[in-house]
Amino acid sequence: MAEQINIQPGGDKPNQDVFSETLQRLAETDRSIIAVTSDSRGSGKLVPFGKKFPQQIVEVGIAEQNLVGVAAGLGSCDKKVFAVSPACFLTARSLEQIKNDICYSDHPVTVVGISAGVSYGALGSTHHSLHDFAVLRAINNISIVVPADNYETEKATELAAASDKPVYLRFGKKIMPSLKTDNRDGFVFGKGRIITEGNDVAIIANGETVYPAVQAAALLKEQGIEATVVSMHTIKPLDTELLSSLSNKCKAIITVEEHSVNGGLGEACASWLLQHGYNKPFKIMGIPDEYTVTGSQVEILNHYGISKEGIAKEVLNIINK
Amino acid sequence: MTTKELKIKSIEYRKKILKYILQAKAGHTGGSLSCTDIINVLYNDVLNVSPQSFTSPDRDRYVQSKGHCVEALFVVLADQGFFPEEELNTLCRYQSHYIGHPTRKVKGVEQNTGALGHGLPICVGTAIAAKLDNKDYRVFTLMGDGELPEGSNWEAALSAAHYKLDNLCAIVDKNSLQITASTSDVMNTDPLDEKWKAFGWAVKEVNGNDIDELRAAFNSLPFEKGKPSVIIAHTTKGKGVSFMENELKWHHGVPSKEQYEQAMEELDSLLTDFSD
Repeated sequence: MAEQINIQPGGDKPNQDVFSETLQRLAETDRSIIAVTSDSRGSGKLVPFGKKFPQQIVEVGIAEQNLVGVAAGLGSCDKKVFAVSPACFLTARSLEQIKNDICYSDHPVTVVGISAGVSYGALGSTHHSLHDFAVLRAINNISIVVPADNYETEKATELAAASDKPVYLRFGKKIMPSLKTDNRDGFVFGKGRIITEGNDVAIIANGETVYPAVQAAALLKEQGIEATVVSMHTIKPLDTELLSSLSNKCKAIITVEEHSVNGGLGEACASWLLQHGYNKPFKIMGIPDEYTVTGSQVEILNHYGISKEGIAKEVLNIINK
Repeated sequence: MTTKELKIKSIEYRKKILKYILQAKAGHTGGSLSCTDIINVLYNDVLNVSPQSFTSPDRDRYVQSKGHCVEALFVVLADQGFFPEEELNTLCRYQSHYIGHPTRKVKGVEQNTGALGHGLPICVGTAIAAKLDNKDYRVFTLMGDGELPEGSNWEAALSAAHYKLDNLCAIVDKNSLQITASTSDVMNTDPLDEKWKAFGWAVKEVNGNDIDELRAAFNSLPFEKGKPSVIIAHTTKGKGVSFMENELKWHHGVPSKEQYEQAMEELDSLLTDFSD
């Protein structure tokens, strides 16, 4: 049973709820923290934050370009700014403001993409963000961080608040079980978190896809296949040291992400591995280059094999080749 | 500084703008010449900022939204002592910080600009920060009339009025030309005053190449308590050089050596008007 290894059931929350709670806790003692929202405080779970700290929240209305420009202006005045909006709009409509006003001008702004990936499910492609890793990977001077569980979310939010550099945090809406690891104090940007260890296959996932990857590892274990599952929460900078060791010890590598198969976590890993002489069997799981099937988030992800059964099946395919 | 001294400054700045554009074989000539008087008055008469106070949280902020007219800004910043003027000899050269748009690698530059429609949203954030911190500094942005169709400007204009940012002043360098044709032909934004008023701003129109009118406008900020201010500065593109004035080709035209010398003669003759 998956729950017996490395998953702690019960009492867990959506990561974006933990983000807002953490931000509120940090704002208690740090009055330089400012949240900027585009009619998104409800979906960003920032209503309590706004009530408690009315001087630390700036509403710009539904105007994402202005959201990011205003965030950059605040960031230039010694504020620790969190620009919070659905990832689909934030990393598309205001991409130029992220590129120029935050990254190029180098202001301490954390861009927070909420309800990311296919979290909005049946609302359709306008509301899906399957491009954000790809576009942000090509922009200099921003860390791309996608926490898997509540623990990683809390730590990532703390680190973003302490950073004087641009950060992109990406969250979904689903309740995320806690992933048990021995190393709970070691969360830093750019260092992947090993959830389970095994030498047959490495499953590198991030965000909400780490949980089904861990479940898949449990299914595989029943068949005698030992998997290392990594929460590669930071896509940039990528933990290439870990990639190297995984490629040395495992027979195959599979990446899993709630993102297009183009330009995301998988391609980041593949690019590094290929250019550094590693040629283990390799598979990228994600959303193919098409308008997704319609349905809920779970239905969409299941359709594309991003489920415990789907991931386990891909592992069997690749190691039996 | 007296009006006469400022007028002399403007002529000297225009000479330098052309000198460095000639050297670099690149630059936005017409627009730099249209906004020279505005940047001159700002730095010499209005802004509470200097090389010494540039890191002070209380300094006034200036963001040049029409970043392509960087030559005018660089010449004024050098004159203010932010960096030695001879560094402008590297303008647009390999590995120089003095590129064709403002960057923060150059001392005195607040924000990296170049893409249009970015200055005003950033300044709204900066002006909100001043209000949150109960600080008295003011925030200025210089926009081109050609960049006004960018929608981000109007998102920012709404929010500036919403937050009653009377510490914010936008200046529109209305030289009425852009790279393709006249702004009214490319995308008409007139009547501009009514648009800003409708967005909740207090508006003044001035001759943007007249030092006295600019000073009077800046000295009366905020135009209305509780409202952001906009100065619609009617200017002449290519101002100061007869064959460049109101000529489309000088948007980013680079003078030949002969044209440069003729321009210097014309500007020098203007200087003689001020000799005692």
